[in-house]
Amino acid sequence: MNDLRELYQEMIIDHGRHPRNCHCMKDADLSKEGFNPLCGDRLTLYLKTDNQKILDISFEGSGCAISMASASLMTEVLKGKTLIETKKIFDAFHLLVTSGKESDMHLLGKLAVLKGVCEYPSRVKCATLAWHTMMEAVRM
Amino acid sequence: MKTYKHDFPIFDNNPSLIYLDSAATTQKPRCVIDAVSQYYENNNANVHRGVYALSERATAAYEGTRQKVANFIHAKHAHEIIFTRGTTEAINLIAHSFKINAGDEIVLSVMEHHSNIVPWQMVCEKMGAKLTVIPLLENGELDFDAYLNVLNEKTKLVAMIHVSNVLGTINPVKKIVAASHQKNIPVLFDGAQAIAHMPVDVQDLDCDFYVFSSHKLYGPTGVGVLYGKTQWLEAMPPYQTGGDMIRRVTFEKTQFNELPYKFEAGTPNIAGVIGLGAAIDYVNHIGFDYIQSHEKALLKYATEKLFQIDGLKIYGTSENKSGVIAFMLSDAHPHDVATILDQSGIAIRAGHHCAMPLMDYLKVPALSRVSFGVYNDFSNIDKLIVGLENVRKIFA
Repeated sequence: MNDLRELYQEMIIDHGRHPRNCHCMKDADLSKEGFNPLCGDRLTLYLKTDNQKILDISFEGSGCAISMASASLMTEVLKGKTLIETKKIFDAFHLLVTSGKESDMHLLGKLAVLKGVCEYPSRVKCATLAWHTMMEAVRM
Repeated sequence: MKTYKHDFPIFDNNPSLIYLDSAATTQKPRCVIDAVSQYYENNNANVHRGVYALSERATAAYEGTRQKVANFIHAKHAHEIIFTRGTTEAINLIAHSFKINAGDEIVLSVMEHHSNIVPWQMVCEKMGAKLTVIPLLENGELDFDAYLNVLNEKTKLVAMIHVSNVLGTINPVKKIVAASHQKNIPVLFDGAQAIAHMPVDVQDLDCDFYVFSSHKLYGPTGVGVLYGKTQWLEAMPPYQTGGDMIRRVTFEKTQFNELPYKFEAGTPNIAGVIGLGAAIDYVNHIGFDYIQSHEKALLKYATEKLFQIDGLKIYGTSENKSGVIAFMLSDAHPHDVATILDQSGIAIRAGHHCAMPLMDYLKVPALSRVSFGVYNDFSNIDKLIVGLENVRKIFA
């Protein structure tokens, strides 16, 4: 039960149930669909960028608590970041959830709450779906 | 309640394991594991080739299993039993070799597994044929009236799941065959979820093809069975070509071997087939009387307990149901449910169950599923219920 609380922390349950920035963006410059065929999780990511900077970001989709929370937290963290910063955050986040290794933690902020996922290899894809979709959308 | 858990070494090696995913694959009893290793230790040789005693022993064990399978499903002839890699390959074989022409229609149901959808989709695309899909009733049963209505002179084949791997629905297979045969339409049943849970008599069913996998019948992975009536198998061209399936080869022309070898190109999964033989002996030894009453008791007990959980909805409520229960627990996603249960050693399946069209039809992104085998008992279900209460606590 304690291990589970590590994975399903309050913030994850909260963001999973009430994801932030979860809406369609009609005037987005970029949108990209992400799909995890293994479990059927899917989302669409919307972006407004200017001069390599993310002005606005949102998503729509359905999936497990981990994938929804991860997408929600990602949009909160990335709003206002440059694409270069985005790539750095992605790298640090990816390392954290795949291996538990902490690097550039100051960049991650709230995203650190997803560290528990590294103990559940079958759930890493849930936590990274929004991120891989993001990196594909901006082709980085 | 009596179980056969002690026959399965996996539970000795994982004492806290509660395995509720037999619909994905069953665990293997000691006798099956031993049969595979004994073949490798005592009798390993290629089949149908060697003129030495070792090869003759391997061939006898391999062909002996063919007869065993024929007896098990009451096939008229052993040559009507073709060994494949699994249910999927068996259906692909039929889709490849059964003659489908432009304008033909192939009938299947909404509850099919991807393995009985995609091969037919490919054939339809290639040949210009059409898929006709039978809808379901509210309780997860086949809409039989709709089925009767779609059968017509263009229908070339009915390909239907015997027991749904999601809803547990046992389809009215005899009625399905009777209706289609009235119009001279052959029928294929995907028996993957039926074979370990009820007696199958292909002559009584009078179906034209029946396919299943060894690994859902307490046997090894990588082996499946295609049963086909002789008249169809004789008329169908080979699926794969190469060694063992030929009678005579020159660079000008090849004469194919007779049934069943025509459909078994290359060295087969000999150890796997022998393991399947041991699995059939095991199931016969336990008997379907026990298996059916055991699984029925588990199904009833689990259904009643699950109904008592607030916010839990069961998908598939037919009276004619096998030991499979798919459900949704309020707004907890099935993947979260499965992860949380796994922490208590409870293995269940979560996801689309290789039936995405059915998930779309039910308007769910995914489902949780529990399924039973001869090693499960009421205490497994009690622990499942505690686990699900845990899920509710976390998501409360």
